[in-house]
Amino acid sequence: MKKRALLFDLLLTFMKIGLFTFGGGYAMISVIEDICVQKKKWITHDDMMNVTVVAESTPGPIAINCATYVGWQQAGLTGAVLTTLGIVLPSFIIIFVISLFLDSFLEISLIANAFKGIQICVGLLILDAGITMIKKMKKKPLPVGIVILSAAAMLMINFLSIRFSSIAVMLLGGLISLTTFLAKRKGGKA
Amino acid sequence: MIYLDLFLGFLKVGCFSFGGAYAAIPLIREIVLSYGWLSDEALSYMIAVSESTPGPIMVNLATYVGSSQAGFFGSLLATFSVVLPAFVLILLLMCLLKTVIKNKYVQAIMQGMKPAMIGIILATGVFMTYKAVRAAEGAVFDAPALLLMLLLIFTKVIYKRIRRKKLSPLVLIALSAVLGAVIFAL
Repeated sequence: MKKRALLFDLLLTFMKIGLFTFGGGYAMISVIEDICVQKKKWITHDDMMNVTVVAESTPGPIAINCATYVGWQQAGLTGAVLTTLGIVLPSFIIIFVISLFLDSFLEISLIANAFKGIQICVGLLILDAGITMIKKMKKKPLPVGIVILSAAAMLMINFLSIRFSSIAVMLLGGLISLTTFLAKRKGGKA
Repeated sequence: MIYLDLFLGFLKVGCFSFGGAYAAIPLIREIVLSYGWLSDEALSYMIAVSESTPGPIMVNLATYVGSSQAGFFGSLLATFSVVLPAFVLILLLMCLLKTVIKNKYVQAIMQGMKPAMIGIILATGVFMTYKAVRAAEGAVFDAPALLLMLLLIFTKVIYKRIRRKKLSPLVLIALSAVLGAVIFAL
């Protein structure tokens, strides 16, 4: 009976987190930290830091990684499923409802014009996210070189409408870095 | 088959989106364009809608694309497949393979993939902005769109100078909507 209460609490808490956190990953982490570490004491602060670091190097939204982990810690696989479900459910419902109305909404010319403005804004926001990441990056020749190369490659792919996947560009970046690492190690030993 | 396409497409997104919301956009864009699920225009509308609603952008986009392509079950499936890799991987790594992530070869690969992703994001930002301000015909740029872009950049830079922190994306989106409604109506 006690276990059922915990499971219910996990689901409900993460639904709340999912419903009230705007602005993506990092905003959600601070809320998860506040609720799961400070208030509910579901996991320790150190554990939370560990998940965040691992979450950064694994694919997928960081908030989902954190939710999954907290659920696992508290109640195994069932817990992990419930917390993940909880954090996704609110936005799923909201976006699903929006998807039913968006097209007819866009036929109003005022709205259409507003969205034309938004389209420019979104391009700038993406650019800004890239610039922020560059600022945080270590400025060593290899990563900087890879940034320039991949940006140039992607621009060419986009402007010339070449069919070449960005996944391949990323894997190439990884390959270049690994090769350099191996070459350096070999050079160091010789 | 649409369900299989949705599953595989968003599984790919879920597997290769490292490092936060905007990092996944180039990949999502590539996939929705190649399947013909969304246009560049519709995609940026949905990015704005996702920014203004709770939840990770990647998940929101999956829900929307799934719904617009194959109704309720489509949206359920797309959301499920975008979340699945994150769910499985974090459990594997935190519980079974804690050492894998610290392995130096894995680290070396990651250190190359991250800058490559930054380059991809930059290029996508440039290209999407360019497409939004490009003129339909004749001149290279659409004058009102260019004006709107400059106003947005100006506001963003000035705000950062004065308040010493970043203008929230939500405010910037709201501003661009108002400016768009005014400028494009003239």
